[in-house]
Amino acid sequence: MSEHIIRVMVAKPGLDGHDRGARVLARCFRDAGFEVIYTGCHQTPEQIAAAAIQEDVDVVGLSCLSGAHRYLFPAVVEQLRQRGADDIDVVGGGIIPDQDFQFLYDAGLKALFTPGEKLDDIVEWFRQNVKKRD
Amino acid sequence: MVDKVKKIQSGDVRSASRLIRHIEDNVAEARSTMKDIFPLTGHSHVVGLTGPPGAGKSTLVDGLIDAFRKMGRTVGVIAVDPTSPFTGGAILGDRIRMQRHAEDPGVFVRSVATRGALGGLSRAVGDAIHIMDVMGKDVILVETVGTGQQEVDIMHYAHTVLVVLIPGMGDDIQAIKAGILEIASIFVINKAEREGSSKLRRELVTMLNMAPESAFPGGWRPPILKCDNAFEPSGFSQSVSDLALSINEHYEHLVSKSLIGNWSARKAATEFNEAIRCAILDPVLNDLMANGELDAMIGRLVNKETDPYTLAEEIATRYLKKMT
Repeated sequence: MSEHIIRVMVAKPGLDGHDRGARVLARCFRDAGFEVIYTGCHQTPEQIAAAAIQEDVDVVGLSCLSGAHRYLFPAVVEQLRQRGADDIDVVGGGIIPDQDFQFLYDAGLKALFTPGEKLDDIVEWFRQNVKKRD
Repeated sequence: MVDKVKKIQSGDVRSASRLIRHIEDNVAEARSTMKDIFPLTGHSHVVGLTGPPGAGKSTLVDGLIDAFRKMGRTVGVIAVDPTSPFTGGAILGDRIRMQRHAEDPGVFVRSVATRGALGGLSRAVGDAIHIMDVMGKDVILVETVGTGQQEVDIMHYAHTVLVVLIPGMGDDIQAIKAGILEIASIFVINKAEREGSSKLRRELVTMLNMAPESAFPGGWRPPILKCDNAFEPSGFSQSVSDLALSINEHYEHLVSKSLIGNWSARKAATEFNEAIRCAILDPVLNDLMANGELDAMIGRLVNKETDPYTLAEEIATRYLKKMT
């Protein structure tokens, strides 16, 4: 009997070293029954994309609190695309001003979560939207 | 399908990591791909690292990747972390220590969760080793979950087993107990700058002195290597290069004393056991689960209407008609 367990990578691109939020999410995904690969702070988009492929995750969750999301989030999407892995979805979270949302969605981000978001709602989004790949 | 195998042989990470995923998820087609993979295996030197949580296994793996890459060898890593027995979820965090190698095409790091396996590995580990082997990885480092005393499954999969210890874990009775200390090809005393490392070394030496000759196949007496503080990069990388040399030496020992054959037989037996389990036990349990019988049986056990032994015998007679 096949048993699909959602695999998520939680990653922090760039120089932002504040990973409390990322760790809380990692724990909350664990409690939701997902397998969570956490790669720590200070990752380049290239490192994140390479690791996501090696780990065969369904989705990469990026956390950025430094304001560099407009550069870093699309860079991860692009790196995955260049490596032929655009079936791996990318979502983001952090301090993201409303006016940047459309820009990031256009760049290929599948969802954005900002402060005040309920953990249960985030988990529910993953359950509804993470698709099983062949 | 053969195409898939060709891609893996050419080193394609996407195909390999997807296949490992399908093995973990128990996808039926994956097992038939493994049938084509199996005959192609046997190239890699498999090195296991085991030891208590926080002993520094992941940091050592990171150092060893570096050391083997400097020797011009390609490296695969399988890092196992525990699955929650309650939610089925897992945090796989070993990779944090190894991310500097993420972009090196000669290195493939894959984290796996135990998914209920008890021996310190996961059921997918044997197949993941085969897959990395067929990708052409020269060395495959397998990091077990943080272990206690009894999780010795790694000895069935690795040619060379490193038991990683740190000072201050217990008194000298621990050193004469059975289990994990018996499976070492090499002992590593990690964080050796800490108080107690000489005492730990003495205890290990005494333990080895008391062991019968038969405990040292082909005359290999496990060396005890100390690794200094990983925050002092030059000393640490020197310790780790020495360790890498010792690992190579152990493999040469296995080859020169013709011990690889024993090892292969043990590994084949373990894999066969596991395959039989997949082929016989899993379908039976799935069947009982699907028709709701399993829950009913558990109910009867809770109410003491029957006992587990009788029930198991009933199931065996029903499903295994040929057994008497």
